[in-house]
Amino acid sequence: MDALSLHRLHFAFTITYHYLFPQLTMGLALLLVILKTLAWVTGDEKYDISSRFWAKIFAVNFLLGVVTGIPMEFQFGTNWSEFSRRTGGVIGMPLAMEGIFTFFLESAFLGLFLFGEKRLPRWAHWTSAFLVFAGSWFSGFFIIVTDAWMQHPVAYNLLPNGVYEVSSFWGLLCNPEAWLMYAHNMCGAVVTAAFVMSSVGALYLLQRRDEAYGRTFLKLGVIVGVIACIVQIFPTGDYQGRYVAKNQPAAMAGMEGLFNSVKGAPIILMGQPDIESQKIDNPLAVNKVLSFLIYGTSAAEVEGLNQIPRDQWPSTLPLLFYSYHIMAGLGTYFVALMAVAAFLLWRRKLYAARWILWPIMLSFPLPYIANTTGWMTAEIGRQPWLVFGLIRTSEGASKHIGAGTSLFSLIGFLGLYTLISILWIVLLYTAIQKGPLASTHNNGHKRSATV
Amino acid sequence: MGTLWFWLVAAMLIAYVVLDGFDLGVGIVYLFVAKTEQERQQTIRSIGPVWDGNEVWLLAAGGTLFFAFPLVYASSFSGFYLPLMIVLWLLILRGLSVELRGHSTDPLWRTFFDGLFSFSSILLAIFFGAALANVVRGVPLGADNYFFLPLWTNWRTGPSPGILDWYTVLGGVIALVALGLHGSLYLALKTEGDLERRARSIASILWPGLLIVTLIGLPATVIARPSSLHNYLNHPIAFSVPLVVIASLGTIFIATRKRFGLVAFLGSCLYLSAMLGGAAAGLYPVLLPTVGNQGRDITITLAAAGPHALHVGLVWWTIGMLLALMYFCVVYWLFRGKVPQQLDDYGH
Repeated sequence: MDALSLHRLHFAFTITYHYLFPQLTMGLALLLVILKTLAWVTGDEKYDISSRFWAKIFAVNFLLGVVTGIPMEFQFGTNWSEFSRRTGGVIGMPLAMEGIFTFFLESAFLGLFLFGEKRLPRWAHWTSAFLVFAGSWFSGFFIIVTDAWMQHPVAYNLLPNGVYEVSSFWGLLCNPEAWLMYAHNMCGAVVTAAFVMSSVGALYLLQRRDEAYGRTFLKLGVIVGVIACIVQIFPTGDYQGRYVAKNQPAAMAGMEGLFNSVKGAPIILMGQPDIESQKIDNPLAVNKVLSFLIYGTSAAEVEGLNQIPRDQWPSTLPLLFYSYHIMAGLGTYFVALMAVAAFLLWRRKLYAARWILWPIMLSFPLPYIANTTGWMTAEIGRQPWLVFGLIRTSEGASKHIGAGTSLFSLIGFLGLYTLISILWIVLLYTAIQKGPLASTHNNGHKRSATV
Repeated sequence: MGTLWFWLVAAMLIAYVVLDGFDLGVGIVYLFVAKTEQERQQTIRSIGPVWDGNEVWLLAAGGTLFFAFPLVYASSFSGFYLPLMIVLWLLILRGLSVELRGHSTDPLWRTFFDGLFSFSSILLAIFFGAALANVVRGVPLGADNYFFLPLWTNWRTGPSPGILDWYTVLGGVIALVALGLHGSLYLALKTEGDLERRARSIASILWPGLLIVTLIGLPATVIARPSSLHNYLNHPIAFSVPLVVIASLGTIFIATRKRFGLVAFLGSCLYLSAMLGGAAAGLYPVLLPTVGNQGRDITITLAAAGPHALHVGLVWWTIGMLLALMYFCVVYWLFRGKVPQQLDDYGH
């Protein structure tokens, strides 16, 4: 592999792995605020015990998110120094703001939230939970602002030496693409957390243990989950799709596998893109739907790849096609599963309906896949551009870091992240096996854990 | 404007070294100071609520460097590729070991993370010291303002140095001893009983070592980079900085003798600040000096981001820093005093 491909793989691997953790913690932070609020309003101890249990799972995931997040900030400089040199005057700002406004906030209040429950008054403990939630959601915002600028550059001046500088602070933060992406992404994080919480609830009910908590987790997970899954598709996903169709037609054509412009474009539900003969093999298509989804009328023409110069096609087209289809397919499945579960919850039949508890329990990995493939769709769709329309990916990598050096550190990360994966599995398995009551009975021990 | 940001970034890095320095230092002396399981828990608890916040200063300083001086960030991070990757791995291992140690009562599990914590803290201190020494010595910048340093060459400074040469290794040793002392003084301040006694005796062993390496380090800097004296000769007032270094060492010595734990620790904070401040004063207005004759020094003017960014940045940076200081006050205030030997309700 050449150096450029290795730099790309390096970033792709470390960012994909990193984002397994924040997508849960950002969503779970919201669910924890809901649990803390329920505990405060109802005075029911069940909610306090539930929030302690989930705080423990939150803590492990948050830690892993922090330690795998540090390499991300470094890598802009180490592997993508040309990109950093030329765009640091723009994206350096949201990245620095993330550090200054959110990392300090999170690090200070996470400790108070995790270990201060007995010492702090109720309002103060609720506030620290809320600030952890706010910190993690702000953090996500600054990252999205950075990525949105790469997808849709705004508010910049180009200097004669090829360097970009920000021309308007508010213009950068109010990039319309940033807000669209932010809504879609945060909603996706809530989907992950809701599925994980429902899954543990379903597990306890299927195992006939800790059933009171199983019901609480399942109920909260399903109610939040059904809302988030629907919002994920409409309006956030729908708006995002229209945006891509308008601003990055090559990405949209690649996602949908549309090689030729056509009026009344079909939507392809399944198929295998064949780049050489420029067609979809074995397609399962529904006519006119794509035109309708993008333009609201089934006769509209959708731009195909044939209208786009070949050197501006997304460079790994089949991966783009599959990523998008996996994301969209899973999103549809999530709505169906959560809608059935919510209906059963409403009819008071959910807790005994083992046939639906099984898929709920088993589905927890799927939102991780959907979030990951969603990001792959966005980032592969942006190729061959690093900053859309301005800087090509091939121009952004570090000039003096060879393929061997990049592979060296990639191998290091592969090894280290294998260790982290093992620790993650052991710690989460143990926590879930011990159950929600363990954290209450065995308080002294739990507290000795970190602080 | 660029000058202001130079000193703001320097101040953030100093804050990082002073704050994260003490928890790194606790890690350096950990296996020598804390013998029993109870003492180890107590030691970890003395940094538990603050280490993560301390480390954030590194990320915030890195982010601010990226924002204010993109060229320096791009050039130095890619040029120091190999050591930075190792630093990243060490930071990851260290974070895991502090937080995960307590997740199991199995002695093997805990011993594993104890070793990892100590190992990663020691190596990080050495790497940070060597990194700073690399910047002070200068790097072989090319005409395109980039460079790439191998980990080692012939151990000599000169036109084609490596990450590790006699000068940068000396920098690593100074950092290791200084942070070890810093951590011991912190631990003596935060604990009681045997642990406090042992921390103090380690501090009194490290102090003469630090005095020696510091006295070697100051003239060595002039040998490794003669031009680092220019600013001092042009502004003789700057010579007060090395005097502060010596005075702070004296303060640490006397305060440790007289059992003024807080004064000794503050003396150590002053020592670290003066060493780093002195290095920054020697560099200014250069951010990354070059060795050899292919490239030119990366100065503030060459590297600074656009004026709009730097002006607006001053507003949000100030707000953000005030908020951050507020959080730090809350956390350190809630966590004031000695760490109890037994767990109380709060778990500290």
